Amino acid sequence: MTATTEYASYFLEGLAAVAVLGILFSKNVLHAALLLLVFLLCLAGIYVTLHAEVLAVTQILVYAGGIVVLILFGIMLTERITQRPLEVETRNLAGALAACGSLLAILIYALQNTTLHVLAYNDPVNNVRAIGTQLMSDFVLPLEIAGVLLLITLVGAVINATSSKA
Amino acid sequence: MTMNHLVYLSAFVFASGLAIIITKRNAIMMLLGIELMLNAANLNLVVFNMQAGLDGQFFALFIIIIAVCEAAVGMALVLQIYRHVHTSLPDKFDALKEPDQK
Repeated sequence: MTATTEYASYFLEGLAAVAVLGILFSKNVLHAALLLLVFLLCLAGIYVTLHAEVLAVTQILVYAGGIVVLILFGIMLTERITQRPLEVETRNLAGALAACGSLLAILIYALQNTTLHVLAYNDPVNNVRAIGTQLMSDFVLPLEIAGVLLLITLVGAVINATSSKA
Repeated sequence: MTMNHLVYLSAFVFASGLAIIITKRNAIMMLLGIELMLNAANLNLVVFNMQAGLDGQFFALFIIIIAVCEAAVGMALVLQIYRHVHTSLPDKFDALKEPDQK
Protein backbone atom coordinates (compact mmCIF):
# COMPACT_ATOMS: atom_id res chain seq x y z
CA MET A 1 0.00 0.00 0.00
CA THR A 2 1.62 3.26 -1.07
CA ALA A 3 1.59 6.46 0.95
CA THR A 4 -0.96 8.12 -1.32
CA THR A 5 -3.34 5.23 -0.94
CA GLU A 6 -2.86 5.32 2.79
CA TYR A 7 -3.69 9.03 3.03
CA ALA A 8 -6.71 8.54 0.79
CA SER A 9 -7.84 5.69 3.00
CA TYR A 10 -7.53 7.82 6.15
CA PHE A 11 -9.41 10.70 4.50
CA LEU A 12 -12.25 8.42 3.37
CA GLU A 13 -12.48 6.85 6.80
CA GLY A 14 -12.79 10.23 8.47
CA LEU A 15 -15.44 11.35 6.01
CA ALA A 16 -17.38 8.11 6.53
CA ALA A 17 -17.29 8.52 10.31
CA VAL A 18 -18.52 12.12 10.04
CA ALA A 19 -21.35 11.03 7.72
CA VAL A 20 -22.41 8.32 10.17
CA LEU A 21 -22.47 10.84 13.03
CA GLY A 22 -24.54 13.13 10.83
CA ILE A 23 -27.08 10.37 10.25
CA LEU A 24 -27.22 9.71 13.97
CA PHE A 25 -27.92 13.33 14.90
CA SER A 26 -29.99 14.54 11.91
CA LYS A 27 -33.64 15.43 12.33
CA ASN A 28 -34.59 15.20 8.66
CA VAL A 29 -34.95 11.83 6.95
CA LEU A 30 -33.97 13.28 3.57
CA HIS A 31 -30.68 14.63 4.94
CA ALA A 32 -30.03 11.27 6.58
CA ALA A 33 -30.56 9.45 3.27
CA LEU A 34 -28.14 11.80 1.48
CA LEU A 35 -25.55 11.33 4.26
CA LEU A 36 -26.00 7.58 3.83
CA LEU A 37 -25.10 8.10 0.17
CA VAL A 38 -21.91 9.91 1.23
CA PHE A 39 -21.05 7.08 3.61
CA LEU A 40 -21.61 4.40 0.96
CA LEU A 41 -19.44 6.21 -1.57
CA CYS A 42 -16.66 6.58 1.03
CA LEU A 43 -16.92 2.86 1.74
CA ALA A 44 -16.59 2.14 -1.99
CA GLY A 45 -13.42 4.24 -2.02
CA ILE A 46 -12.06 2.30 0.95
CA TYR A 47 -12.78 -0.93 -0.92
CA VAL A 48 -10.72 0.37 -3.84
CA THR A 49 -7.79 1.08 -1.52
CA LEU A 50 -8.14 -2.48 -0.21
CA HIS A 51 -7.90 -3.93 -3.75
CA ALA A 52 -11.52 -5.10 -3.71
CA GLU A 53 -12.51 -3.43 -6.98
CA VAL A 54 -15.41 -5.73 -7.82
CA LEU A 55 -16.94 -5.05 -4.45
CA ALA A 56 -16.43 -1.29 -4.86
CA VAL A 57 -18.22 -1.24 -8.21
CA THR A 58 -21.01 -3.41 -6.82
CA GLN A 59 -21.30 -1.09 -3.84
CA ILE A 60 -21.71 1.96 -6.08
CA LEU A 61 -24.11 0.25 -8.49
CA VAL A 62 -26.31 -1.49 -5.97
CA TYR A 63 -26.16 0.66 -2.85
CA ALA A 64 -25.61 4.16 -4.17
CA GLY A 65 -27.59 3.58 -7.36
CA GLY A 66 -30.28 1.26 -6.07
CA ILE A 67 -30.95 1.34 -2.37
CA VAL A 68 -30.46 5.07 -1.80
CA VAL A 69 -32.69 5.89 -4.77
CA LEU A 70 -35.28 3.46 -3.41
CA ILE A 71 -35.14 5.09 0.02
CA LEU A 72 -35.42 8.57 -1.52
CA PHE A 73 -38.45 7.48 -3.54
CA GLY A 74 -39.97 6.03 -0.38
CA ILE A 75 -39.39 9.26 1.53
CA MET A 76 -40.91 11.40 -1.20
CA LEU A 77 -43.92 9.11 -1.72
CA THR A 78 -44.72 8.98 1.98
CA GLU A 79 -44.28 12.72 2.23
CA ARG A 80 -46.75 13.12 -0.60
CA ILE A 81 -49.29 10.86 1.10
CA THR A 82 -49.19 12.53 4.49
CA GLN A 83 -48.69 16.09 3.11
CA ARG A 84 -46.15 17.09 5.76
CA PRO A 85 -42.37 16.86 5.93
CA LEU A 86 -40.87 13.86 7.61
CA GLU A 87 -39.51 14.87 10.97
CA VAL A 88 -37.88 12.33 13.19
CA GLU A 89 -38.34 12.19 16.92
CA THR A 90 -35.34 11.04 18.86
CA ARG A 91 -36.12 9.07 21.96
CA ASN A 92 -34.02 7.21 24.52
CA LEU A 93 -30.93 9.05 23.31
CA ALA A 94 -28.98 8.83 26.57
CA GLY A 95 -29.69 5.16 27.12
CA ALA A 96 -28.97 4.24 23.51
CA LEU A 97 -25.71 6.19 23.52
CA ALA A 98 -24.69 4.49 26.76
CA ALA A 99 -25.51 1.02 25.43
CA CYS A 100 -23.88 1.51 22.02
CA GLY A 101 -20.91 3.31 23.54
CA SER A 102 -20.27 0.41 25.86
CA LEU A 103 -20.60 -2.00 22.93
CA LEU A 104 -18.06 0.08 21.02
CA ALA A 105 -15.76 0.13 24.05
CA ILE A 106 -15.94 -3.65 24.35
CA LEU A 107 -15.18 -4.09 20.65
CA ILE A 108 -12.24 -1.68 20.75
CA TYR A 109 -10.90 -3.33 23.90
CA ALA A 110 -11.06 -6.70 22.18
CA LEU A 111 -9.43 -5.36 19.02
CA GLN A 112 -6.56 -3.67 20.81
CA ASN A 113 -4.82 -6.95 21.48
CA THR A 114 -4.63 -7.94 17.83
CA THR A 115 -2.63 -6.52 14.98
CA LEU A 116 -3.89 -7.04 11.47
CA HIS A 117 -1.11 -6.99 8.90
CA VAL A 118 -1.63 -6.71 5.20
CA LEU A 119 -0.36 -9.83 3.52
CA ALA A 120 1.00 -9.38 0.05
CA TYR A 121 -1.07 -12.15 -1.44
CA ASN A 122 -3.46 -9.88 -3.28
CA ASP A 123 -2.49 -9.41 -6.88
CA PRO A 124 -4.44 -6.34 -7.98
CA VAL A 125 -4.41 -7.36 -11.63
CA ASN A 126 -5.66 -10.88 -11.19
CA ASN A 127 -8.16 -10.10 -8.46
CA VAL A 128 -11.08 -9.39 -10.78
CA ARG A 129 -10.31 -12.39 -12.95
CA ALA A 130 -10.08 -14.67 -9.91
CA ILE A 131 -13.41 -13.45 -8.57
CA GLY A 132 -15.12 -13.95 -11.92
CA THR A 133 -13.72 -17.43 -12.31
CA GLN A 134 -14.62 -18.54 -8.81
CA LEU A 135 -18.08 -16.97 -9.04
CA MET A 136 -18.80 -19.15 -12.06
CA SER A 137 -17.20 -22.33 -10.69
CA ASP A 138 -17.00 -22.69 -6.91
CA PHE A 139 -19.74 -20.24 -5.98
CA VAL A 140 -22.20 -20.93 -8.80
CA LEU A 141 -24.83 -22.51 -6.56
CA PRO A 142 -24.96 -19.57 -4.09
CA LEU A 143 -25.01 -17.21 -7.07
CA GLU A 144 -28.02 -18.94 -8.65
CA ILE A 145 -29.84 -19.13 -5.32
CA ALA A 146 -29.17 -15.44 -4.76
CA GLY A 147 -30.50 -14.64 -8.23
CA VAL A 148 -33.72 -16.57 -7.67
CA LEU A 149 -34.12 -15.01 -4.22
CA LEU A 150 -33.65 -11.53 -5.69
CA LEU A 151 -36.25 -12.18 -8.41
CA ILE A 152 -38.82 -13.54 -5.95
CA THR A 153 -38.22 -10.71 -3.50
CA LEU A 154 -38.51 -7.94 -6.08
CA VAL A 155 -41.70 -9.40 -7.58
CA GLY A 156 -43.14 -9.70 -4.07
CA ALA A 157 -42.13 -6.14 -3.22
CA VAL A 158 -43.76 -4.78 -6.38
CA ILE A 159 -46.98 -6.70 -5.71
CA ASN A 160 -46.98 -5.59 -2.08
CA ALA A 161 -46.37 -1.95 -2.93
CA THR A 162 -48.92 -1.67 -5.73
CA SER A 163 -51.96 -3.45 -4.25
CA SER A 164 -53.72 -0.51 -2.69
CA LYS A 165 -56.89 -2.32 -1.58
CA ALA A 166 -56.08 -4.89 1.05
CA MET B 1 1.27 -0.85 8.14
CA THR B 2 -1.58 -2.30 10.10
CA MET B 3 -5.26 -2.33 9.27
CA ASN B 4 -6.63 -1.88 12.77
CA HIS B 5 -8.13 1.52 12.01
CA LEU B 6 -10.48 -0.01 9.44
CA VAL B 7 -11.77 -2.49 12.01
CA TYR B 8 -12.23 0.38 14.46
CA LEU B 9 -14.24 2.24 11.82
CA SER B 10 -16.34 -0.88 11.28
CA ALA B 11 -17.05 -1.19 15.02
CA PHE B 12 -17.97 2.48 15.18
CA VAL B 13 -20.37 2.20 12.23
CA PHE B 14 -21.98 -0.89 13.74
CA ALA B 15 -22.53 0.83 17.10
CA SER B 16 -23.92 3.93 15.38
CA GLY B 17 -26.33 1.83 13.33
CA LEU B 18 -27.56 0.16 16.48
CA ALA B 19 -27.99 3.57 18.13
CA ILE B 20 -29.98 4.82 15.12
CA ILE B 21 -32.29 1.81 15.28
CA ILE B 22 -32.86 2.34 19.00
CA THR B 23 -33.35 6.09 19.05
CA LYS B 24 -35.10 7.07 15.82
CA ARG B 25 -38.86 6.74 15.88
CA ASN B 26 -39.26 6.37 12.13
CA ALA B 27 -39.44 3.25 10.00
CA ILE B 28 -37.24 4.65 7.21
CA MET B 29 -34.56 5.74 9.66
CA MET B 30 -34.56 2.25 11.15
CA LEU B 31 -33.99 0.85 7.64
CA LEU B 32 -31.05 3.25 7.29
CA GLY B 33 -29.63 1.92 10.55
CA ILE B 34 -29.93 -1.65 9.32
CA GLU B 35 -28.09 -0.70 6.13
CA LEU B 36 -25.31 0.86 8.20
CA MET B 37 -24.92 -2.30 10.27
CA LEU B 38 -24.79 -4.48 7.15
CA ASN B 39 -22.13 -2.22 5.68
CA ALA B 40 -20.09 -2.46 8.87
CA ALA B 41 -20.17 -6.24 8.56
CA ASN B 42 -19.13 -5.94 4.91
CA LEU B 43 -16.17 -3.73 5.76
CA ASN B 44 -15.07 -6.22 8.39
CA LEU B 45 -15.27 -9.06 5.89
CA VAL B 46 -13.22 -7.18 3.32
CA VAL B 47 -10.56 -6.26 5.88
CA PHE B 48 -10.19 -9.83 7.08
CA ASN B 49 -10.21 -10.89 3.44
CA MET B 50 -6.81 -9.20 3.16
CA GLN B 51 -5.44 -11.85 5.50
CA ALA B 52 -6.31 -14.96 3.50
CA GLY B 53 -8.10 -15.90 0.30
CA LEU B 54 -10.96 -14.24 -1.54
CA ASP B 55 -13.83 -15.76 0.43
CA GLY B 56 -14.54 -12.59 2.38
CA GLN B 57 -15.28 -10.68 -0.82
CA PHE B 58 -17.73 -13.35 -1.95
CA PHE B 59 -19.44 -13.23 1.43
CA ALA B 60 -19.68 -9.43 1.16
CA LEU B 61 -21.13 -9.68 -2.36
CA PHE B 62 -23.88 -12.01 -1.21
CA ILE B 63 -24.57 -9.79 1.81
CA ILE B 64 -25.09 -6.88 -0.62
CA ILE B 65 -27.63 -8.99 -2.56
CA ILE B 66 -29.52 -9.83 0.63
CA ALA B 67 -29.44 -6.15 1.63
CA VAL B 68 -31.12 -5.25 -1.67
CA CYS B 69 -33.91 -7.74 -0.97
CA GLU B 70 -34.32 -6.41 2.55
CA ALA B 71 -34.46 -2.78 1.43
CA ALA B 72 -36.98 -3.48 -1.34
CA VAL B 73 -39.36 -5.42 0.89
CA GLY B 74 -38.88 -2.94 3.72
CA MET B 75 -39.73 0.06 1.58
CA ALA B 76 -42.78 -1.76 0.16
CA LEU B 77 -43.99 -2.46 3.69
CA VAL B 78 -43.36 1.15 4.75
CA LEU B 79 -45.34 2.46 1.78
CA GLN B 80 -48.22 0.10 2.45
CA ILE B 81 -48.31 1.03 6.15
CA TYR B 82 -48.30 4.72 5.24
CA ARG B 83 -51.30 4.19 2.99
CA HIS B 84 -53.25 2.61 5.84
CA VAL B 85 -52.13 4.38 9.00
CA HIS B 86 -50.77 7.72 7.66
CA THR B 87 -48.08 7.93 10.28
CA SER B 88 -44.33 7.53 10.45
CA LEU B 89 -44.13 6.29 14.00
CA PRO B 90 -43.80 2.52 14.44
CA ASP B 91 -45.27 2.96 17.93
CA LYS B 92 -48.58 3.95 16.34
CA PHE B 93 -49.01 0.64 14.52
CA ASP B 94 -50.94 -0.78 17.43
CA ALA B 95 -54.07 -2.14 15.75
CA LEU B 96 -53.39 -5.60 17.18
CA LYS B 97 -53.03 -4.31 20.73
CA GLU B 98 -55.72 -4.70 23.36
CA PRO B 99 -57.68 -1.43 23.61
CA ASP B 100 -57.27 -1.12 27.38
CA GLN B 101 -53.52 -1.34 27.15
CA LYS B 102 -53.12 1.72 24.94
